Amino acid sequence: MSDDGSPGEFGPLSLHVPEPAVRPGGAPDFSNVELDEAGAIRRPEVDANPEDIRDLAFSIIRVLNRDGAAVGPWAGLLTDDQLIEGLRHMMTLRTFDARMQIAQRQGKTSFYMQHLGEEAVSCAFRKALAPGDMNFPTYRQAGLLIADDYPMVEMMCQIYSNERDPLKGRQLPIMYSSKEHGFFSISGNLATQYIQAVGWAMASAIKHDTKIAAGWIGDGSTAESDFHASLVFASTYKAPIVLNIVNNQWAISTFQGIARGGSGTFAARGLGFGIPALRVDGNDYLAVFAVAKWAIERARRNLGPTLIEYVTYRAGAHSTSDDPSAYRPKTESDAWPLGDPVIRLKNHLIGRGVWSDDRHKQTEAEILDTVVAAQKEAESFGTLHAGGKPSARDMFEGVYEEMPPHLRRQRQQAGV
Amino acid sequence: MPRKTMIEAIRDAMDIMMERDDNVVVFGEDVGFFGGVFRCTQGLQAKYGKTRCFDAPISEAGIVGAAIGMAAYGLKPCIEIQFADYVYPAYDQIVSEAARLRYRSNGDFTCPIVVRMPVGGGIFGGQTHSQSPEALFTHVSGLKVVVPSNPHDAKGLLISAIEDPDPVIFLEPKRLYNGPFDGHYDRPVTPWSKHDLGEVPDGHYTVPLGKAIKRREGSKLTILAYGTMVYVAEAAAEEHGIDAEIIDLRTLLPLDLETIVESVSKTGRCVVVHEATLTSGFGAELAALVQEHCFYKLEAPVVRVTGWDTPYPHAQEWDYFPGPVRLGRALVETLEG
Repeated sequence: MSDDGSPGEFGPLSLHVPEPAVRPGGAPDFSNVELDEAGAIRRPEVDANPEDIRDLAFSIIRVLNRDGAAVGPWAGLLTDDQLIEGLRHMMTLRTFDARMQIAQRQGKTSFYMQHLGEEAVSCAFRKALAPGDMNFPTYRQAGLLIADDYPMVEMMCQIYSNERDPLKGRQLPIMYSSKEHGFFSISGNLATQYIQAVGWAMASAIKHDTKIAAGWIGDGSTAESDFHASLVFASTYKAPIVLNIVNNQWAISTFQGIARGGSGTFAARGLGFGIPALRVDGNDYLAVFAVAKWAIERARRNLGPTLIEYVTYRAGAHSTSDDPSAYRPKTESDAWPLGDPVIRLKNHLIGRGVWSDDRHKQTEAEILDTVVAAQKEAESFGTLHAGGKPSARDMFEGVYEEMPPHLRRQRQQAGV
Repeated sequence: MPRKTMIEAIRDAMDIMMERDDNVVVFGEDVGFFGGVFRCTQGLQAKYGKTRCFDAPISEAGIVGAAIGMAAYGLKPCIEIQFADYVYPAYDQIVSEAARLRYRSNGDFTCPIVVRMPVGGGIFGGQTHSQSPEALFTHVSGLKVVVPSNPHDAKGLLISAIEDPDPVIFLEPKRLYNGPFDGHYDRPVTPWSKHDLGEVPDGHYTVPLGKAIKRREGSKLTILAYGTMVYVAEAAAEEHGIDAEIIDLRTLLPLDLETIVESVSKTGRCVVVHEATLTSGFGAELAALVQEHCFYKLEAPVVRVTGWDTPYPHAQEWDYFPGPVRLGRALVETLEG
């Protein structure tokens, strides 16, 4: 400003606030999403120098092409049976989601969050891990449990906060915990588990163990300071960890550009920390598995951390408390160029000659039966407002290993 | 018996626990090669190696968050935040994660970590090297909060804290690191080598968490104190010839209510003293508990002598710090009132 208050040599500043390409009422537009052809991206050796593979943070590794064929250097890792199993896991998660979504609408639980469109990410990643490895998931990776055959009834009992809830009714629905299944206790506070995952991996290295950790975070939560701390620690101590970013384009109502800012990709965030970063088609089960396996092997060989950005789309609402039509076009998920992970794997298997529309329908029906049966069993132990529920006494347990005197007094006051 | 400073006692506790338990790891800013800005971890890296005692990036959230992950794996991290004034970036990890992990996972995962941090004023530390944020931790279900006042207790309490299966916030009054301090800033300071409580047994011993101790027997008035204020209380009672019973709380959460109630029921009067600011400070909890449990025995209102409700100033250090003059006045008034 000059002395008289008028702009001088420089014009007035203005604040840049990024906007998504289109809002409700508009036609979906993903022309800004740059896609690489399936098979086009090279597969480096796992001990590649991070400096030599910087380009992988700016491309998208894909295996399944438009015709549903598996092509390129990342293909060929899974047998027919493994792929059919993967398809089943994704279909199971989708059916589970749909049933629980309805259960929430029926008032059987207070809250639910679906994975619609993101099933490949957690289902395929789980199969690349070994027993003993530990995930530090967010609230949108239940595929890690499904693909590890965690009992569905227990998941539902947690969602219903009933008398069989493994977490005794203390946690909001879907905040599962299972050490046995390598699934760290979910917290409502975003990004906190990312740095904890790094600590867990450091511990495994300190003890000369062979287990590795996987951290999970969404695109929006990468803006949390814990994300930054995680990358610093993982880089400094070369922790045996896979740092997963699930970029589903949306953080509730906020499009990914608000968290990403001017950075080309989320994967590129890793490069500044010297962490090799891969970007992968998150709706391509085969690509997710291949990239996960690569990063897990790097970690297991003590070569340090890897960052993976899964490019996908949150097809459903953020949660049962959310209405996406208020902030994005209703048909946007149909326009998503990476399609639907279930349909893509289905078509691939049909193309391989090991699957058919009939088998798919039949499997769908079987899965529905299984999920409905599990739901019936879970509901026999109660739902949030009806039937069996955890004891009020349980509320006071587990704050500490041993209940201190003040909590004992309060429990007596509560009359439990 | 050998005499040690509080620094040496704290280091001794970590040394013993690292020796006894391979799962104990120590890290934080400057704690590795250099041995800590207060020398509390001196020699530990040389003795136990870089993977047991190491330097961390300047990221409090990172230090605590990583420690929580290590604890979930099965280690027992004893970590350092350089000054309590700098714990706030880690507050989310402490409150939302460490404190609740056992509860929210129904014991599937636990968090046996110790977060050490120097606290308190009286050293011309100004706004960001003097704070006493204990009330921000005593308000959190799932934490234990410890404040030692002498080398003997510091070692025994720290060993207990490391052995404890739950997260412990271990607040070290840095004004007491080298010797007791009664608030008489114009007098020479006595080193711990001249004080009985500087006697620290060799080897492993514990001071139980959740147990207060009477530092002085008395019949007319009870002073509830911890950290540096224990010595301020001793000086104030001595100088005014008041037959005060001084209780060093040692652990604020869980609190030894029994010892407090027993003492106040006997004396009928109670003064609470802490360095931290008044409003919603831990003294409010103490005063509330005393009136709740000793109402019919009280002969005067419970009085709080604390830091003022201002940020901790630099030049006005001794107008801020609740020293023996201010406390003494409160004791006399409470006794006569």
